[in-house]
Amino acid sequence: MIKFAWLQFRVQAAVAAGGLVVVAVVLAATGPNLVHLYDTTVAPCAARHDCSAATTALTGTDGPVQVVSDFLVLLIPLLIGMFWGAPLVAREFETGTFRLAWTQGVTRTRWLAVKLGLGAAVGMAATGLLSLMVTWWSSPLDRVRGNLFDPLEFGVRGLVPIGYAAFAFALGLCAGMVVRRTLPAMLAVLVGFFTVREVVTKWVRPNLIAPLHTKLAVTAGSLVGFDETPSGMTVVATTRGILPNSWVYSNQVVDRAGHAPTQAFLNRACPFLTTGQANFQACTVHLAARYHELVTYQPASRYWPLQWGELAIFVALAAALAAGCVWWIRRPVS
Amino acid sequence: MIDFQLDTASGVATYLQLVQQVRQALQLGLLKPGDQLPTAQQVVAKLAINPNTVLKAYRDLERLGLVRARPGQGTFIVGTLPRTDPALQADYLAQMAAWLRSARASGLGPDDIEAIYRTALRACFAEGVA
Amino acid sequence: MTTAIATAGLAKRYGRTWALRDCTVAIPDGKVVGLVGPNGAGKTTLLQLAVGLVGPTEGTITVLGGRPGAGPAQLQLVGYVAQDTPTYPTLSVADHLRMGGYLNRNWDEGLAEARIGRLGLDPAQHAGSLSGGQRAQLALTLAVAKRPEILLLDEPVAGLDPLARREFLQSLMEDVARHGVSVVLSSHLIADLERVCDYLVVLVDSRVRVCGEVGDLLAAHHRISGARRDPRSLPSDHEVIEESHTDRQSTYLVRTAGPILDPAWTVTPVTLDDLVLAYMGQARARDARRPALGLVS
Repeated sequence: MIKFAWLQFRVQAAVAAGGLVVVAVVLAATGPNLVHLYDTTVAPCAARHDCSAATTALTGTDGPVQVVSDFLVLLIPLLIGMFWGAPLVAREFETGTFRLAWTQGVTRTRWLAVKLGLGAAVGMAATGLLSLMVTWWSSPLDRVRGNLFDPLEFGVRGLVPIGYAAFAFALGLCAGMVVRRTLPAMLAVLVGFFTVREVVTKWVRPNLIAPLHTKLAVTAGSLVGFDETPSGMTVVATTRGILPNSWVYSNQVVDRAGHAPTQAFLNRACPFLTTGQANFQACTVHLAARYHELVTYQPASRYWPLQWGELAIFVALAAALAAGCVWWIRRPVS
Repeated sequence: MIDFQLDTASGVATYLQLVQQVRQALQLGLLKPGDQLPTAQQVVAKLAINPNTVLKAYRDLERLGLVRARPGQGTFIVGTLPRTDPALQADYLAQMAAWLRSARASGLGPDDIEAIYRTALRACFAEGVA
Repeated sequence: MTTAIATAGLAKRYGRTWALRDCTVAIPDGKVVGLVGPNGAGKTTLLQLAVGLVGPTEGTITVLGGRPGAGPAQLQLVGYVAQDTPTYPTLSVADHLRMGGYLNRNWDEGLAEARIGRLGLDPAQHAGSLSGGQRAQLALTLAVAKRPEILLLDEPVAGLDPLARREFLQSLMEDVARHGVSVVLSSHLIADLERVCDYLVVLVDSRVRVCGEVGDLLAAHHRISGARRDPRSLPSDHEVIEESHTDRQSTYLVRTAGPILDPAWTVTPVTLDDLVLAYMGQARARDARRPALGLVS
């Protein structure tokens, strides 16, 4: 059965291999240059404290390649789901060839399990290879930007694309089996893929590991403004740039008991509140006396555990879908 | 080797047609003892008929003593058609002529006689060998 | 003699429509069985039930003693060619043969290649560019070369021109002669079946109407015509299947055990065609009068 699965799969595998070769060639041609630029312009600049020019130059290099490579890692799992997963069974129903395939000498269950296993394995391997190449190529840029926890960035680096590919493939396969038409199944993958990814990104990923808390002194640079709430005005502190390479969930100005500044306190400490003239310098001194910044964050060391965690979630989803499909196909329906 | 034909419109059973064609070939001298009949496979590959039909025809011919099946080798002609005794034929011809004269004298026309003949023939040969 | 296909009260419903009903037959082994009936009569459903592509709504079916589709052993015993003879358009003829070898334990590669060669098919040609007749022959090759004990063919010659039809039947009969497989061949064209079938099942409007050896059926049915007579005046052992009358003449197609000896009747031979048409007509008339119909066999 595995040989037959390869027979049917060889064109798709060839396309994937060809695509990977093209990507590899482009990245191999441009990658060393980025590393060289980093080593010569950015690494020494930290000591001189004038990195902005060097970093801007580096992050501006090979812009098109950056965009395309990120785009590819984002899209390839989806395409695997739509073009490898969805047609796998749906096409057989549409053309009637399932009547040929399911009346040979192997059971339907075996037929599906082998084709599923092959497609998933090749899809995961190809995506993993692609992610590996792009992650390596982008590493100088990522070091400079320090935004690896950024929702979009996190999903196009490291291990998680492998999980996305497995999930999309299994989703496409199941949709195709149930709906029995390729195009609606592809649509289902499109919708399902982004929906699930969005849900995981917004609600699951932040809660996978309990974040840490730390206290920072209130500084003028970190106060960015005021916010209107039902209970009065509050002061807003930034989440950017305060803990480099970390994922900052929130930055709250609170006192030792955990309470935010009251309306009354703010009116006294920051008199320009009503006049609208921002002068946080004066404000800061008063706030710093009683308050500190409570930062909720994931440190850089949590990057790989979160990657593994999300990979596990998507692989588990894929496995559950796959098991469901294999069970479903046993039902004798026309 | 004999080349079988099939007349689907004749209303005669296929296996009977095959038997008749072998007998005719024997009568015309196209088949002699020792000749091999085509295998069932060869016949059906040309005529697209059920192999059992061919086997049935060959069994009938074997029962008539005209052929013998040799396992692993094929079916071969072993007999000849008994030539009917000419004297016997002449005798029955005379009897039939007398009967016909009598029937005609009673007022029966050719169609009546034909109907009677066919009924009698059918009843006589309804059971048993073709 | 063993039974190739045995059903008991077999029925299949799709939604609210019954595709097959009250099907109880015992089709013997070693025959070429013609499954005849108009379009939509249930022939495809019966074959799909026999090969395990669909499951029964009611009743049971066993093929060569086993449950259809239950495991590789059962799947090896049955060769199947679906309507429209599906093949993979992007795979070549040789690829299809490779598929047969990968998926079937008893695959006879020599037989497959010899057959393809005899048919003049180009192994490198993609199945999508083959003609209808060539695709049917490829599908038949796949079914035959897996060396099954029974072949189930669903209207394999329906879309073919007369020459392709003849060639298909020639190949099929040659395979039967060579390997002794049982065949169940469904068709709504009766002319071809008459020369190849020795067992007949007639399906009309989801029910089996008549079922038996062709020789026995033809011997038991007669077309008789004569002076105008009421059907009730016929002997009790004459079952009327079809009747037509003019003011002077009556013609009946009757089923009876013995020969017709009454000289008042002119007896003409009944062909399989006549027989099937007569039963189809009877079925339609009966279903119109009384919806609940028992089995006629």
